[in-house]
Amino acid sequence: MLSRAANRMYWFGRYVERVENTANLLNVNTNLVMDLPQVKHIWDRLLDVTGDEENYHSRYSVQNEQNIVKFLLQTGDSSILASLHAARENARTSREVMPKDAWVKINKLHMYLDTHLDKALRRDGRNQVLSQIVDSCQELTGYLAGCMSISDPYTFIRLGRNLERADMTSRILDEACLNLTDPEHPEVKEYEDLLWMSLLMSVSGYQMYRRHVYERLNGPDVAAFLLKDLRFPRAVGHCLDQVSQCCRALPFSDDPLVAVTATQQQLDKAKVAKLFTSAKLHGFIDKLQLNLGEIHNQLSLTWFEY
Amino acid sequence: MAFFRPNPKSSMQLTGYRSSGFFDEVFLNGLRARPGLSDLASFLKKASQRELNTRKNDAELAIRSMGITFTLYNDSDGTNIDRDWPFDIIPRPILKSDWDRVEKGLVQRLTALNAFITDIYNERRIIKDKLVSEEILATSRDYRSFCEGVKPKHGVWAHISGSDLIRGTDGTVYVLEDNLRVPSGVSYMLENRNISKKVLPELFQQYQIQPMDDYPTQLLDVLSSISAKQSKAPKVAVLTPGIYNSAYFEHAFLAQRMGVELVEGSDLLVGHDDCVYMKNVEGLSRVDVIYRRIDDLFLDPEVFHKDSVLGVPGLMRAWKKGNVALANAPGVGVADDKVVYTYVPDMIRYYLAEEPILPNVPSYLCADKKQLDHVLANLSDLVVKPANESGGYGLFIGPKESKKRAAEVKRQIKANPRNYIAQPVISLSTVPTLCDNGVEPRHVDLRPFILQGKSSYVTAGGLTRVALVKGSLVVNSSQGGGSKDTWVIDVPTKRRR
Repeated sequence: MLSRAANRMYWFGRYVERVENTANLLNVNTNLVMDLPQVKHIWDRLLDVTGDEENYHSRYSVQNEQNIVKFLLQTGDSSILASLHAARENARTSREVMPKDAWVKINKLHMYLDTHLDKALRRDGRNQVLSQIVDSCQELTGYLAGCMSISDPYTFIRLGRNLERADMTSRILDEACLNLTDPEHPEVKEYEDLLWMSLLMSVSGYQMYRRHVYERLNGPDVAAFLLKDLRFPRAVGHCLDQVSQCCRALPFSDDPLVAVTATQQQLDKAKVAKLFTSAKLHGFIDKLQLNLGEIHNQLSLTWFEY
Repeated sequence: MAFFRPNPKSSMQLTGYRSSGFFDEVFLNGLRARPGLSDLASFLKKASQRELNTRKNDAELAIRSMGITFTLYNDSDGTNIDRDWPFDIIPRPILKSDWDRVEKGLVQRLTALNAFITDIYNERRIIKDKLVSEEILATSRDYRSFCEGVKPKHGVWAHISGSDLIRGTDGTVYVLEDNLRVPSGVSYMLENRNISKKVLPELFQQYQIQPMDDYPTQLLDVLSSISAKQSKAPKVAVLTPGIYNSAYFEHAFLAQRMGVELVEGSDLLVGHDDCVYMKNVEGLSRVDVIYRRIDDLFLDPEVFHKDSVLGVPGLMRAWKKGNVALANAPGVGVADDKVVYTYVPDMIRYYLAEEPILPNVPSYLCADKKQLDHVLANLSDLVVKPANESGGYGLFIGPKESKKRAAEVKRQIKANPRNYIAQPVISLSTVPTLCDNGVEPRHVDLRPFILQGKSSYVTAGGLTRVALVKGSLVVNSSQGGGSKDTWVIDVPTKRRR
């Protein structure tokens, strides 16, 4: 397939995943906040997760729920709206490689957001709109799984999706750990269980964690689950496995595979519980993020750039 | 069909329907249906405005969710605006018996035009025999000396064309333009059918409407048939100027329907072997046929516009060597000049020894002194067209223009008479159209698409464009025009009442 089209499929996969993840994150956070009325800075955490603080402060002077939700929904550079717009544009410009209704579905979601976005700014309408967004993304993913041949275009979508997922999961985990160890907000510690729960929920992983990890809910195990589990689709380990599989299915994949394998090995070797208790997890996740960036660079060099 | 019961309270929206002085495609005077069209006519008579509006809304929603758009350039700030495709739900019917004749006429015309182009770039018999003057070529903006001596496969230059047809007051169908370069609109024609099946399903039960969905297959057949390589599945690509082009929707649509790659100039390169290659994730792969949707002059910066970033350096070399086929062939525009147009009936007689089936609109050549005088003296009754524009740009419609503009156009014609032709105002036929205040007559034209390769193919019907503004004759979507589905209806003779 054409390199340009491959690049667009890859970003299409990434952006659709970003839309879904951000919607999920906002939804779960809105629920969490209702359980933690005393913890005031809970919304700030979302800005850290999306790594968009600078962008935020260039637009808003006050950090509060209303502004942050608006930012993540609508006005930020990686807001749901911006990501959806980018996903739609990538779909629009590569309609020849995807089954027809992929374009129609993403277009419909775009139309839906156009008319319903404001509703999600308020708490009373937020859940409905965000759930619809998540549903639509999953419908699209399911449609592609059911109707698109497993060949290069689909492989690039999967590559983008899994790399984005790994990135998002590691960010969410990182911020939760930082939150719990934040000396300025010792009160958070009291709600540790709730936080771990909501963290798992924001990657739709609460139930799967319960079923596969028999320990009582606790930080080190949640971290290990989200980083190393190979069975849970949103765990970094699983995502890297998928990325590796995708690369193997593509021609000339040596360089990207070197980067993927190196990352997998580091993850394998990591003793998460030890890192967690000695407060070295943040440093480890930082390195993981750099590795994910390197994988992206290798994909670009190998398949997208001429 | 229960929900389609006539509503006695509000089914009166046709009472004011009058298309006097024009040929209406559905109604005769006094709201009698034309032969064969009584079902459509009674549908229009019985349906309430509300019901029609509901269907109209359904159509609009479908258009929006399918993302059927066209792009408008905003000259003032250089931006593009994506607009929803304007569609009127009431179809434009044509009886198959009438259509068969039109179809024959179009094939005849294209065969002659292709023969003309081959002749012009090779022996030039038609000039030697003094039917066409050499001067017309010398001053043609689209004559490409680069193409001299080239004889494309099957003798075809215009593989895809989209003639504009209009119907005058007496019912005569005229060819208004041939559009041989990169005619667009076929994707909208197909999507219109798609939508009208959704919103008027019951009428499809009552009529035998000729399907048109096989166009992409036919197009792929034609494109494959012009490949130099004798393989079963030559590699075909659609070359687009890119995502900001006004017809990008169509380029993507056709690539998708044919299952071929949609490429931009930067995706292609010409190798040392003068073959064309595509930049793929697995490396370079050979391209055999390019359906180019880029104007000649941007195709190859080595030969034409040096600063073109849309094209592919070396593409013309590859084409001339026969390593890649281009559709339409470069240089095809020489026959798509409004001056050359006036000679087409002569070409048909000359190359095919046949009488033209479809007439031209009578035209005055400003290059001819006598005809020029007539044009200048009767400007207010004529339509003046620049020889090389399309999309309705630069059109001067005499009866509707100000004195100031008339004076301006007079100056322009005198300065460059070769660049203009004039035609009497043809009263375009009308079709019932859903308007704010009910169903009213609106003027239409028709663009069928003709394919030529090893054999010829004409779409069943075409894209009907409609001037949505009352009294207007301008049907271009860039200037307030809409569109309709076109139904070629096969009516058994005994049912014709």
